[in-house]
This record gives sequence, structure tokens and C-alpha cells, in this order.
Amino acid sequence: MNLLALQRGVRDHILRGAPHVESAIRSEAAPRLAVYHNAYRMQLLDCLRDTYAKTHAWLGDEQFDAAGLSHIEANTPHSWTLNVYGRGFAHTLAQRYPRDAEVAELAALEWMLRRAFDGPDSASVSADDLCEIDWEQALIRFVPTLRMTSVVSNCAAIWTAISESRTPPPAHRLEQAAVLRVWRQDLSPRFRSIGPDELCAIIIAMDGGNFGAICSSLATEERPETDVAAAAGALLASWLQDGLITAID
Amino acid sequence: MPSRSIANFQGFGLGLRPDHYNDFLERRVGVDFVEVISENFLVDGGRPLRVLERIRERYCVAMHGVSMSVGSADGLNDDYLQRLKILADRVQPLWVSDHLCWTGLEGFNSHDLLPLPYTEEALDLVCANVHHAQEVLQRPLLLENPSSYMTFTHDEMSEWTFLARLCRRTGCFLLLDINNIHVSASNHGFDSLAYLDGLPLECVRQIHLAGHSRHANGLLIDTHDQPVPDPVWQLYGEAALRCGDVATMIERDDDIPPLDDLLAELELARSKPWRRAA
Repeated sequence: MNLLALQRGVRDHILRGAPHVESAIRSEAAPRLAVYHNAYRMQLLDCLRDTYAKTHAWLGDEQFDAAGLSHIEANTPHSWTLNVYGRGFAHTLAQRYPRDAEVAELAALEWMLRRAFDGPDSASVSADDLCEIDWEQALIRFVPTLRMTSVVSNCAAIWTAISESRTPPPAHRLEQAAVLRVWRQDLSPRFRSIGPDELCAIIIAMDGGNFGAICSSLATEERPETDVAAAAGALLASWLQDGLITAID
Repeated sequence: MPSRSIANFQGFGLGLRPDHYNDFLERRVGVDFVEVISENFLVDGGRPLRVLERIRERYCVAMHGVSMSVGSADGLNDDYLQRLKILADRVQPLWVSDHLCWTGLEGFNSHDLLPLPYTEEALDLVCANVHHAQEVLQRPLLLENPSSYMTFTHDEMSEWTFLARLCRRTGCFLLLDINNIHVSASNHGFDSLAYLDGLPLECVRQIHLAGHSRHANGLLIDTHDQPVPDPVWQLYGEAALRCGDVATMIERDDDIPPLDDLLAELELARSKPWRRAA
């Protein structure tokens, strides 16, 4: 058996228990192959437990491990880094717990926070950096770790309670869907619930729209012009305070 | 390649693990070097790289990888190698090491250190891969002897012969894992001292010490979750007598104890009488 055939045989045994490599193993092949067969699954399960620690805490060992092992059987790792192996676990959980939205949403939030944790570095603009800016034309650049996710459950409250070692609240559906923005401020991954005005403003900025366009999006029949300016100013202040802006061009 | 040699660094170190980051950053820990897992820092940014930067300001660093897969029949991953080179250029480590093993094939990655058959074909393949890695990294590699739980019916040479020929053909160096020798010797029934005596010990630049567990099926498993046991200390004594002063460290990956416990264990390596005899 040449090297390529042997390695394919070991791979197929690890993934599916395929027996054809056993004849190439010296001395009691089955228990020896079983070490690798099991170590593969335990390594990936440890990775999921680490990436999704709060989802693990929410579900408990038995349910989390069953979901994790199911995910492992359906998702072969392809990258050299375990960092990305957890991608898609929220989808697995959504299929497994279709009536418990908080499970998949909690996992999705953890995944986004994990990606923000070691995402690209960027310097943040502070209020002191703002001078001689043509606000109408200004283009706001956000930190590269900024992501947003829509949620229908109180997953954020559950995450926070587990993070603070408090008893998490019972899961419930929100009266209306909310949006969480996730980013990293200096070295700390963070998230915050945002309203529709801010969501719209961020999308405009990420699509290349200027601050004038953001202000226009805030204008409604019920909102006087002075309130539009105040609302835009409040958004800008919160983005600066959160370290969300990396440049204003 | 600018230099084919790696100076012999004498000292005692520990594997740097996240549980101990603050200890290493907040006080001057009594080690001569730390070993980092390269993959933990092959990231875009954030806290891991900031920690590594600050660690490097205070300590000598060795980079130890688990993903190079020098034994993969379909060759090396150049994206991985390029990232590793960027990190090595940034860290300027004592050396860069990985394992004599394969981890994946044709897009599959097991994230485990899988054993190679010790054949002429595998030796040719590993030599080609090591040559390529050393060219990309612009530095010689240290390769670690693996612990293994199976060997192959068509093996044509011993592991130590394979390593000796690999060093001779590629100019790579050795990271000698004493626990792995003991674990594999127990699992496959070879003589640990014959293993040591078959290696080109002048190529050893680093020694790992670690613990293991015994599986219900009788195999020893390289768990790194326990203190270094007596048989590994004894084999270390034999290696220290043969190798002289070589950088030595405790490698603990699970059930991580407080840092001071590991430092006390490291002190055993420092103070063992065979070191004076050497």
C-alpha cells in the first residue's frame, strides 16, 4: 500500500470507520485505530465547547455534546486552523431546536464575538480627532470587526447572565425582532442592541453613503429638522464612545 | 537560506498557555524561554498577538506548530507556511518546530498528529516537504518525534532511523519529546535507549517533558494532563547524559495547574543530579 492509499484509508477510517486500512496496521488494528477515531471527535468537540462556552452552559453537557457530535459527523474540518471549525454550528442548532430560537441565536452571537476577538486590528477615532470635517460629505469607516445579527429571542440577556455567573432568565421571544451589533473595542469583543434608525445608518455608511445620506435617512414626517440633527449627533457620539469608527474621510 | 544552523540554546522553559498569560506578563517568571503554539497566534489581530508581543519583550520564545503536516502525501499548505513565516519574522523565535506526522489529506484536516509509515517512499516525501518548508520559512526546522498508537506492516525502518536520515538529508534539527519516546516504546514494544542511541543527538536542540495516561485497552496515551512521571524522568536522565545541556521544557496542555506548580516541576529538571554528571 503506497503512502497516499494508506493515508486515504486512515482518513476514511477516522471519518466513517471504513475497515480497509486495518490490514496495514501491525498488531491488533481495531483498538489502535479506535484511538485516532475517538481523538478526532473529542478534539473537535473540545473546540466547539470552547468556542460556544455559553451555549454549552445553556444546553448542559448532554444536549450540547449530542448536538456537537451530530455537527462533527456532518461537517468535516478543512482548514489547518481549528479557529474556523465552529462556523455553521448555529445552523446545526437551529435545525435541532427549531422551536427554541434562543439556542441558535446564542450560538450565533458567540461565534460573532469569537470572530471579533482575533479579527483585524484597527485604530479608533476619538472625539478629539474631529475637526475641519465637511459633515455633509463625510464618509464614516467602521472597524473591520463590526458585524450585525438579527434576533427574535432574549439571547443577549441569556449571554450576559451566563457571563456574569448569574442564573439566566427563561428564554422568550421578543415582541419584535431586534438587531445586535458586534464589534471589538481595543481588545474586548462587545455587542449592543440597536434600533432601526441606527441599523439603517450603519448600512448606509457600510454601503459607502455619506453622513448627509445618514441624516436624510433619519428625517421623517414626525421628526423636525432639529431633532434629525440631534439624532445624527447622538448616533455619532455613541459610535465614537464605542470605538466603532476607524476613520472619517 | 541564510543560515543552516541553529545555535544550541541552554535553558529551561515552559509551554505558554492562556491560563498563565497574566502570570508571565505581570511578573518576571523564572524561565529561560517559553514555547508558544504557533497556530494560537496565526490570527489577524486582537488580544493573542498583543499578548505575544508583550511576552516577546520579556522572554525568549520558541514557536511550536501542530499544523504543518510534513507527512501529507499531497504536500504542504502554502497559505499556512506563508502565515507562519510572517509570524516567525515578527517574533524572531529561537526556532520553529513541528511534528513528524501528517494531519490531513486532500482538504481533510484531522487536527490530530497521525503516524507515518516508515518507508523509503515516506522518507522521500517528508524530505521534500521539509526542504520546501525550510525554503519558505528561510530557517531550518526542528521536528518532534511523535507519540503513536499504531505502526504499519510495511514499515521498512525504525522511527529513529527515519529521523536520523531525515536530519541528514534536510539539515533539519530535532525536538526530542521524552514522553513520546516512552509512550511509543510502551505501545509498540521497542527499547527507549536503542531509540536514543539511534538518533543523531547532536541535532537535538530542544527537549519536551510531559505526562501521559493509560487507556483501558492498555495503550499509553499522550495526554499531557499530568505531572512528568518517573519513567519519563528516568529516560530524560539518559537523554541528558547523552545530549548535554539542551533547552528543556515541561509541556502541559490539559488540567493546567497553577504556574508555580509547573515551575516547581521544572526545577526538578534543572536540579536533577544527572545534569551535573553531564
